[in-house]
Formats: sequence, C-alpha cells, structure tokens
Amino acid sequence: MARITAGVGVSHVPAIGVAMDTGITDQPYWQPVFAGFERSRDWIKKAKPDVVFLVYNDHCTAFSAEMIPTFALGCAAEFAPADEGWGPRPVPMVKGHQKLASHIAQSVILDEFDLTIMNAMEVDHGLTVPLSIMFGQPDEWPCLVIPLCVNVVQYPPPTGNRCYNLGRAIRRAVESYDEDLNVVIFGTGGMSHQLQYKRAGLINSVWDTDFLDRLTSDPVGLSQKPHVDYLREAGSEGIELVMWHVMRGALDDEVVEVHRHYHVPASNTAVGHIILENKVKE
Amino acid sequence: MAQKDYEDIPGTFVFDADRSRQGYHLNMFCISLRLADNRAAFKADESGYLDRYPMSAAQKQSLLERDWNEMLRLGGNIYYTSKLAACDGVNFQELAAKMTGMSSESYRAMMVGGGRSIEGNRYKSEKGQG
Repeated sequence: MARITAGVGVSHVPAIGVAMDTGITDQPYWQPVFAGFERSRDWIKKAKPDVVFLVYNDHCTAFSAEMIPTFALGCAAEFAPADEGWGPRPVPMVKGHQKLASHIAQSVILDEFDLTIMNAMEVDHGLTVPLSIMFGQPDEWPCLVIPLCVNVVQYPPPTGNRCYNLGRAIRRAVESYDEDLNVVIFGTGGMSHQLQYKRAGLINSVWDTDFLDRLTSDPVGLSQKPHVDYLREAGSEGIELVMWHVMRGALDDEVVEVHRHYHVPASNTAVGHIILENKVKE
Repeated sequence: MAQKDYEDIPGTFVFDADRSRQGYHLNMFCISLRLADNRAAFKADESGYLDRYPMSAAQKQSLLERDWNEMLRLGGNIYYTSKLAACDGVNFQELAAKMTGMSSESYRAMMVGGGRSIEGNRYKSEKGQG
C-alpha cells in the first residue's frame, strides 16, 4: 500500500526562487539561507519519495478575487509554473499523480472534507520554491507532485484544527491506495512575516521557535492556536503557517525531528524549515 | 457588526470579506497585470486602462499615484498590489519599505538585523495608534 513516511515544513519565499534562478545563492546574503538546505537535499535523495503531497497557497495567481476555494486539490496530469507578473520561473513542468490524487479526493470527500477539484491549474512560487529548495535545479522533478492549494489570502483561512484533521484524512486516503508508493508531505509558507502596511518587516523568532518545537512535542495543542495569534504574533502573512498542520496531521502522533533550519531574513521573511519522520515500525 | 478580534493590531489591514468586497475591482485590475499584453496596454494608457474597471475615483487615484497604503485602506490586498509594483519594476522588499515610510536601505538593514521587533507592536494601544 501507499504510505506517508515523512513531513517537510518549509517557507516558500519567492526571493529564494529568484536567488536560485539568477545564480546568486553563494552571495553572503543568501549563503546562510542555502547552507541550511544542504542536509535537506541529501535527506530527500535518500528518502526517494515517489510522490510529494505539497500543501501550499496560491498568491492571487491561479485564483483571482473571483474564486477563492478554501481547499483545492490538483488532480491534473501536469501543472505549469505560472507567470506571476515577471515571467514564469525557469523550472520544470510539475507532473501530477492523477490516479492517487483522484483517489485522495474521493476518500477525503466521503470523509466529509469538501474539497474543490482542480483539473487545470497553474502553480506559483508557493509550490515551485519548496521543490527548488528540496531538489535543487534538476532538468525534471524527480517525483510526482499532488498540490493542495489552501486559501490563506482572504480571511479567514481554515482553522489549524481543520487543517490538522484534513491531514489525518489524507493519511487514511493514502493508506487505502493499493500501489506501493512512498509519499512525503510538505507543509509550506511562513514563518513570521508581514508584507503590508506600517508593520511590514515584522519578525518574531521566539514565536517561530516555539512553533517548530511544538510540531514534535505538542502538535494537537499547536493546531488549536486561534487565527488572531498568528496575525498578531507572526504578522498578517504569518498565518500561512496553518498549512503546516495539514502536514503534521498526516504523520504519526510521535515523530522524530531529523533536521531544522531557521534564518532571518530572506527578503521580508523568517525562513523556517523542519523535517519530521515517522518512527519506523517493524 | 460583531467586533473583529484583529482590529486592534497596529499597522495592519486584515483582508477579510469586507475589504475584499470593497477592493474587488481594484484587485481584479491588479491581477490583470499578470499577463504581459495587459501590462503593455496599462503602460500605454494608465488612466484609460483603469477605466475598464468600475472602481471608485479614490481607488483609481491611489493606483495612479502609487499610494500603496491608500490602496490597502481602500480594500486592496498586498498580493494584488504587488503585481502593480512588479509592473513598475519594484520588488517586494522595496514595496514593503515604501509602505513603512523607510528608505530601501534602512528597511533592508532592519531586516538583516532581525526584522521589526514584535515588542511594542502587538496592540494599537502600545503604539498610541488609532
């Protein structure tokens, strides 16, 4: 059967993608950002996922103000990197796993999570930057990708509790799929940052560190955090972190933290990254 | 209307349904700039292009004047207004600096120094902001 073996939490700052695309990752500003990803790239080479289930948000790219689905699951055969206003990123086409995606859709909808199904969707930096961080710059992405796009742009996003429970439902869906597949789930976005108005530039490292700690020590309690805490303590765009709860909910209750990286800043944002593995059962 | 528990956060507009409704046409204009042809048409005749969108005179004025905070006050969302900034060749960090009233250099230095502190920035009452 298919199984989810590990989770990756990672920021998806667009400037990280630009730094890779323009070849400036060894500049002093960027070097400490990318140094923390070297171990992650070694780890994922060894982990060899067949499929990455990637939880991210669209930044008013594929979805305009006309249509704002709370959860949209990518069921297409492929997803083209979008032009966000300065040309598409020069990264490979993202290939989906249509059969697993539609199996997950059917399973979680019958599990009472009313997803929107996307049979055509372009993907922005929210999805492609985490792939670049974890896989570098290959000619083709080394695995298939199932995107789950979460609304965190128009308030309110889904609650942390809802995201956590959706993660659990996704796990049940994956485990009821017959093909033998290794699935790694990514929760992306954050950490603390505010991009707008007079409080732009807000960073709260103490809060971020507590969030990273509790992914292992108290994930259920962490998922109960009210939205206003994210907005106030981690900045108006820090609320992207609700997406990490989908990742955490899809893992075992007890996990092992195998890697962590935290750095301020990348552009306006605190970069946070964690790799969590399920304990191996014999 | 019920009290919003996020209205007492200083220096912040939370893009909720009220703001989304108010800023709908402004935001739809901004997202149109995702496409190169539209960027070219806008640059050729900004005012004429904006007239395609039934927004308020004040919203139109804020766009023409690149008054980034006024756009947000009138229902714009940062992910939309940043597309106008991109069209102007202004990156996200430069845009953030403009909204805070800092120079790009001092804003960048603030970020490299660890960012804007949360201390004193949780509640409007701490800042004496209305």
